[in-house]
Amino acid sequence: MEKINLTCINCPLGCPVQVTMDGGEIVEITGYTCPRGEQYARKEVTNPTRIVTSSVLVYGSQSGAVTVSCKTKSDVPKGKIFDVVAALKGVALPAPVHTGDVVVSNVAGTGVDMIATKTVK
Amino acid sequence: MKYDIVIIGGGPAGLAAAVAAYDAGSRSILILERDDKLGGILNQCIHNGFGLHTFKEELTGPEYAERFIDQVIERGIEYKLLTMVLAISGDKVITAMNKIDGLFTIEAGAIVLAMGCRERSRGALNIPGFRPAGIYSAGTAQRLVNMEGYMPGRKVVILGSGDIGLIMARRMTLEGAKVQVVAELMPYSGGLKRNIVQCLDDFGIPLKLSHTVVNIEGKERVSGVTIARVDDKNKPIPGTEEHYDCDTLLLSVGLIPENELSRGMGVEINPVTNGPRVNESLETSIPGVFAAGNVLHVHDLVDYVSEEAASAGRAAVAFVEAGGREEARNEIPITFEGGPRYTVPVAIDPKFVGDSLTIRFRVGGVMRDRRVKLILDGDEVVKRRRQVMAPGEMEEIKLTRDMLDKHPDLKTIHIKVEEA
Repeated sequence: MEKINLTCINCPLGCPVQVTMDGGEIVEITGYTCPRGEQYARKEVTNPTRIVTSSVLVYGSQSGAVTVSCKTKSDVPKGKIFDVVAALKGVALPAPVHTGDVVVSNVAGTGVDMIATKTVK
Repeated sequence: MKYDIVIIGGGPAGLAAAVAAYDAGSRSILILERDDKLGGILNQCIHNGFGLHTFKEELTGPEYAERFIDQVIERGIEYKLLTMVLAISGDKVITAMNKIDGLFTIEAGAIVLAMGCRERSRGALNIPGFRPAGIYSAGTAQRLVNMEGYMPGRKVVILGSGDIGLIMARRMTLEGAKVQVVAELMPYSGGLKRNIVQCLDDFGIPLKLSHTVVNIEGKERVSGVTIARVDDKNKPIPGTEEHYDCDTLLLSVGLIPENELSRGMGVEINPVTNGPRVNESLETSIPGVFAAGNVLHVHDLVDYVSEEAASAGRAAVAFVEAGGREEARNEIPITFEGGPRYTVPVAIDPKFVGDSLTIRFRVGGVMRDRRVKLILDGDEVVKRRRQVMAPGEMEEIKLTRDMLDKHPDLKTIHIKVEEA
């Protein structure tokens, strides 16, 4: 049996939630004080995901910008965060770049595109 | 130059004020911005989590800014970039300069102050030790990493658990730095819960509450810092010192509304918020001068900045349309007890309240199981249970027209926080 301690992020209360796992199965969830806390804990121990944001280099910008910010178009598994960021190393795009343009497609094999979150002219 | 409405600052507050002023009918609006682009601090806040309330989706800072910048451009609202406002006179004449117009003045019918805030610096903290390179405010580090493409350091200690510090703990970790610890003087974090979980817990970065930096070492460059536990009077406890080797110290120790211009023109400042004292129309002590966003009081969420600034923009239009002066005012001060440190606004004239008015405040410490009451002349018009209240999360309470109409001779407006 494995015990995982989490802090719920749904509200400022930040309930300490403890999940007891047995071989990948949830045995018990305690400490939450509302249904959202239970849902959050369930997702965090079975399939935690995050949006990853970063920036990559641009060249040839009229405005003098040297970077453009970017994000994964949807959330990716939490365990892939570092792979996603590593896949951006060495990426340099020619300006102009527009919000929503694909920066790296299928980033780190997640099936999710990295897209620009800024327009750089 | 002459404009009906001049907005000082082209960040989230200034943009929302301009759009709302235009939509309320004004066609003589000018935004003055000192940076080379609109959007303000959002341009460097590349993380997500903006706009959940306004757009019902999670945007990054630049995306949130772009939505408002697009609205400004679609409406053809005028703005001047790379323009520094030097002074504003009490009769609303603005002195500014830029490379194109040189030094110039603008007569404004109404002004919206939207200058935002700036970070507290090391100088404000009295940390002993040398003054080497490698000490940055979290926001400076954020700009360097996200916009200039530089890493400020490799081994990092962060003092203060404000949201920018937490965000930078994650950002620098992802870029290959080792963030060793976040030390927070207070017994609670000043940042949002989600940031503690997603920026520290996700990466195993320890948060040490009731700790502060007691020494900074290094002659040319930071080589290490010492942190220690503090007692309940925030004094370091001898014997609790811990040393960290590091090349960088980030400070995320609070934000201060940037009110040099406001003070210079004679606007009354609330010593608790360091922002102007405003009435229900977000109007300062000078008629026709309004304030919104972080220059008024520091916000956690940009959504509320936009909402507040839109009201200020509309109020500015109403002021200009009324010929520059409204009827005699009968302001009722908002009093409070049991938790709030301040309220925005500080006073209300009921006849100028529209359908509803949002009163915002912060509490001074972490409190559990409370009831928040809004009391008009002894009548509890709002009663709300709050499981937890914390200084890091702004509170709000809505006063509606209906409530005011039931109290035509209103004398007192009181907010009470009590144990539930």
